[in-house]
Amino acid sequence: MVTAEAVWHALAEIPDPEIPVVSLVELGVVRDVEVDGARVRVEFTPTFLGCPALETMRAQMATAIERLGAEPEIEVVADDSWSTDKITPAGREKLREAGFAPPAPREASAPKLVQLQSKVFRCPYCGSTETRLENIFGPTPCRSLRYCESCRQPFEQFKTI
Amino acid sequence: MNELLLGLADDELVLGWRESEWTGIAPMLEEDVAFSSIAQNEIGHARAVYQLLTDDADALAFDRRPEEYRCAPLVELRRLEWAPTIARRWLYELADQVRIEHLMRDEDSRVAGLAAKIDREEAYHRMHAEMWHARLAGEPRFEAAVAELWPYALGVLPEQQRPELAARANRPRDEVSQAVERGAHSDDLQALWEEMTSVRRSVPGAAW
Repeated sequence: MVTAEAVWHALAEIPDPEIPVVSLVELGVVRDVEVDGARVRVEFTPTFLGCPALETMRAQMATAIERLGAEPEIEVVADDSWSTDKITPAGREKLREAGFAPPAPREASAPKLVQLQSKVFRCPYCGSTETRLENIFGPTPCRSLRYCESCRQPFEQFKTI
Repeated sequence: MNELLLGLADDELVLGWRESEWTGIAPMLEEDVAFSSIAQNEIGHARAVYQLLTDDADALAFDRRPEEYRCAPLVELRRLEWAPTIARRWLYELADQVRIEHLMRDEDSRVAGLAAKIDREEAYHRMHAEMWHARLAGEPRFEAAVAELWPYALGVLPEQQRPELAARANRPRDEVSQAVERGAHSDDLQALWEEMTSVRRSVPGAAW
């Protein structure tokens, strides 16, 4: 019989479809794994509900569980109990190495424009805090575009959710 | 079916469709990215709300007749000009925030939880709307567009939530009786519907 540990291990092999340097487990979007005989139930939450990779992630997780000889049940949990704080320390480091600034910690209320314009956001390439907001939006809903005034490099900033 | 939630989902679907019409032709590249991303996320919200209401979100989204949609006329209007586009973005986000804040207190925990997640995501749409409002407030074409669309914006909300919208938009409360109500549709919906449902009507049950 498949164990929860084996399922977590299999899910940790699946790269995020949009940012393949991190796995779905490192991204923190896998919330829970429950094994009930031959059935495996996975709860996951997309970073943003408009994530274009949602169905791809669901299908990849289902395939990984089928390969273990179990019957997958993938449930999307769409509530506010998930935040970008769930990205693992290893996941944050891999994001940074690939040029994606990891998200700032979540605060009690949703961020405001003035915070994106005035708070410290560090360049993932040179570490400078001399960066400015270029666009609240980027190639996927979960990213913003910033520009580093020190090394003159545009970079993507993971949004805080 | 919960009419309030169906109205919310239909608003997000139809507005997402309208905003995607700027993809490739927005006045600047940054706005091309912004409108495409906002549109994608609004449609994601529509999907999540439809999934609360039904097991087959695609069927609910695409297999109804135009008159069966519950979207507010505000989101249907086709206005491919920047002033009314930004005026609608700003007014819609103000109204949507009032509505979502009410839903965050809903007694159904699934509804309240989803509303809280949507609110966190909409925060980024609101920033974009506020940024443009700060740039364009006082400009004649923008103000004319806000005045024209204001009765439509009121129609996004149930009657009891409209005074709150008037306060946030800094408009007189006595205008709330001018609302263009949900239920009737503008002429612009028909063409949008024909395009949006063309795949499902040519191949019933199609998924993509």
